[in-house]
Amino acid sequence: MIALLLILIPLAAGLVSFAMKQGSAAKNLSLLASVVTLALALAAVSTSSAIVYDVAWLNDLGSRFTLKMDGLSKLLALLTAVSYPLIFAAVYNNEYKKPTSFYGLMLLAQAGLMGVFLAADVLLFYFFWELALIPVYFLSSIWGGEKRIAVTFKFFVYTFLGSLLMLAGILFVYFQTASHSFAMDAFYQVKLSGAQQTVAFWLFFIAFAIKMPIFPLHTWQPDTYEQSPTATTMILSGVMVKMGLFAVVRWLLPLFPLATEQFGDVVMILSIIGMLYASLIAIRQDDIKRLIAYSSIAHIGLMCAALFSGSKSGAEGAMIQMFSHGINVIGMWIIADQIEQKLGTRKMSELGGLAQKAPAMAILLVVMALANIALPLTNAFIGEFLMFSGIFQHSMWMAAAAGISIILAAVYTLNMVQKVIYGSLSTVSANAADIGGNVKLALIVIAVVIIVFGVFPQPMIDLTKDTVAGLFVKK
Amino acid sequence: MNAIIFSAVLGVVMMFSGIILRNKSAVTTTAIVSLLVLLLANLCNSYSVFSINIDTHGLLHFNKFGLFFNSILIAATLLFVLLSGKDIEKAGANVSDYYALIFFVLCGTSILTSFNGLLMLFLGIEIMTIPLYILTGAEKRNLKSNEASLKYFLMGCFSTGIMLMGIALVYGATGSFSLNVAASSPASAGMPASSFLQMAGLILLFVSMCFKVSAAPFHFWTPDVYDGAPSVFTSFMATIVKAAGFFAFLNLFESNAQLLGPTWKLLMSFVIIATLLIGNITAVFQQSIKRMMAYSSIAQAGFMLFALYSFNDLAKEGILLYAVAYCLATIGFFAVLIKVKDYTFDGFNGLAKTQPVLAFSATVFLMSLAGIPLTAGFFAKYYMLASVVKSGGSLWIVVVAVLFAAISVYYYFKVIQAMYFREGEPETLEITGSFKTGLVLVAAAVILVGVLPSIVLNWFYF
Repeated sequence: MIALLLILIPLAAGLVSFAMKQGSAAKNLSLLASVVTLALALAAVSTSSAIVYDVAWLNDLGSRFTLKMDGLSKLLALLTAVSYPLIFAAVYNNEYKKPTSFYGLMLLAQAGLMGVFLAADVLLFYFFWELALIPVYFLSSIWGGEKRIAVTFKFFVYTFLGSLLMLAGILFVYFQTASHSFAMDAFYQVKLSGAQQTVAFWLFFIAFAIKMPIFPLHTWQPDTYEQSPTATTMILSGVMVKMGLFAVVRWLLPLFPLATEQFGDVVMILSIIGMLYASLIAIRQDDIKRLIAYSSIAHIGLMCAALFSGSKSGAEGAMIQMFSHGINVIGMWIIADQIEQKLGTRKMSELGGLAQKAPAMAILLVVMALANIALPLTNAFIGEFLMFSGIFQHSMWMAAAAGISIILAAVYTLNMVQKVIYGSLSTVSANAADIGGNVKLALIVIAVVIIVFGVFPQPMIDLTKDTVAGLFVKK
Repeated sequence: MNAIIFSAVLGVVMMFSGIILRNKSAVTTTAIVSLLVLLLANLCNSYSVFSINIDTHGLLHFNKFGLFFNSILIAATLLFVLLSGKDIEKAGANVSDYYALIFFVLCGTSILTSFNGLLMLFLGIEIMTIPLYILTGAEKRNLKSNEASLKYFLMGCFSTGIMLMGIALVYGATGSFSLNVAASSPASAGMPASSFLQMAGLILLFVSMCFKVSAAPFHFWTPDVYDGAPSVFTSFMATIVKAAGFFAFLNLFESNAQLLGPTWKLLMSFVIIATLLIGNITAVFQQSIKRMMAYSSIAQAGFMLFALYSFNDLAKEGILLYAVAYCLATIGFFAVLIKVKDYTFDGFNGLAKTQPVLAFSATVFLMSLAGIPLTAGFFAKYYMLASVVKSGGSLWIVVVAVLFAAISVYYYFKVIQAMYFREGEPETLEITGSFKTGLVLVAAAVILVGVLPSIVLNWFYF
């Protein structure tokens, strides 16, 4: 029941928000709904018993409305639930045209995301996969920047094409299952030959790779992140890209072990190329949003490479990092949004000396930046450490190549920090004010999470244990 | 039999209603009532409550599948008249005649859903298309409408000629009009099981049916005719008539496809891919939404053709679902299109601001046509693709189909972009509250079928 509520509350609140007349009422309702969802997610995470919800849906097709929560589902459901109140708090003072629709769509996207992480039936998973995409498409296209229509359309067509290929893959596997069922267990038990696995592996992987995104399918991402309203970008990069990684763990690795072994190296090499490529581009960026977008590609590439390394610690690290990266990147976006809202520019060359005018923001930005380069004592460290040890077990050379991106991450992140908050006060920064109550609260919560999990990451590791064990049982 | 008799009689009734009723809306009301009667009569037949039986010596055969399909077509016509009745009244002076012609078309579709011999197939096709030639030319003073009508007539005659030739060859080979060409082949007379004449006849029949359902490379008449015809009748032609054509196509080749052996799948893959390619790629470049919808209907035909590729139970259920999904979405979208004065994409700019209900419903219909989950169109496409995968070993054609489905998103979403993301002052005709209510109900039905497709399919098995 708790699993169902995690989807139903945002869905219902979203629909109600559409029908509302007053923007401020919709805003408060959304905040309330997201807080309730967070409370439920926390309750779900703290229960040790199995959380299952199962009801008949499409009997003729062998598909049921089944929701299940294992460790990774809990972790990502928690990430979704945590990020929404933070986002809503951070953009509380922003003005949006047609706020009722804005908040309604945001909540519908949350319902879709929750569904993706909880679904234990492939067809249901596919439904939620799309349900999460459509609201985000509208959000980005209505409230986005100047080039929004073309950019978000590219994003939509790209991901929709990926989903359709996945649908072809799903159908292919479905007809191989013993009882023609879409249930997760039936899919896990299906025995496929090497050739069949190869076909299905690529059909699934292209969909997930577009979503993450993995080089060379990443071209939609920087433009979309830049053009979307920042609240939507936070969802996109904080939570939505985790759909791709999550789907790899849930639907790719357990289903196609032979193909994973065969093509794991290809995927890892693509991921590492993407990491280095994105990091190098990030160094040259002047726009803060684009910098964070490219840095995000690099981080996702590392997680993907670690998942395919075939080692326990790599998978564990990637799962922990999904959560940590989600939280950290939202923090970065909040600051980028604040700078844009307050100063009207995102160009680093025009900024400078913000620390003198906005000390609180400067301190929090440094915390986020340190987490972005995965310094010890921040939450990202443990994840990156485990991922690198996983990749190292697989291949020393890959670990070495991936390691370069850590150095590059330090270069572009610290460069940004230095240009934005230190140095002499620029003309644009001269009339800056420090961040206000809600934003400060959201950022402080993120900073606390960063440090607490940096010092004491054990709860996260414990949470992912059963998923990791499940992954390595089948082989 | 009920539907054939009732539709013919009610057609005559509609014809004379124009003499008695002076008020156009009274004629529409009569048509709606008549359609309800027709639907009821057909339902009575399918649930064996009451049926008129005339011995046709096996020329007609009524089974559950055909009767249910016919109910779908009649219900879709009813929906069409309910939504666009006001616009039919505006199409020209002779409203009662238009309704009479629509009923005659339905008589043709009733034959096409029950024919059991090549002769009845021919009669059904003719009874269905001849009224359409007239409807296409309903705007007497509009040159485009006249041109479309003439073009449709000529192309229709041409394909009918091919069909007749095919029937003649098959008859010559087998000495029978029976639908099952293989079974009636005179193997006992020392002839090979599938002779040259039979083959040639079947291929000609195949070509003529491709003409009727506008499958490439026999689609060239479609865009001009759909574009030139009055928009209300385009909606009718693109949905009910096309679906009936598909049913006939499926019925005709269900037992005969095996005669062609593995060549059949090759032939179908060629036609399907050509249809998807031409429909989707050309639709991308259209400036007028009405013309875009014409090409989109070709593209949708490409998906429906998958039922003929695989011929299994999923294909049969799929074509039912496809007919429902496609009719709902296309009739709904055309109902919106008719209300907008400018048919170009720019004419839709900013519709979401001035007419939010229309824009929202149109979005649902377009998403359904694109096959986005949670709409009926998703399951329609799903069943088609699943039937192909089930028939075994042809994953490549599924992958090609989904690539084209992704392209279709491009032109459907261009309309959504115009309505929601661009600014403009679209001019619309007068829009009544009941029209809006109807539209929202259709949109709700699209979503309902998209979440629970079994409500359609359970009726079929009921």
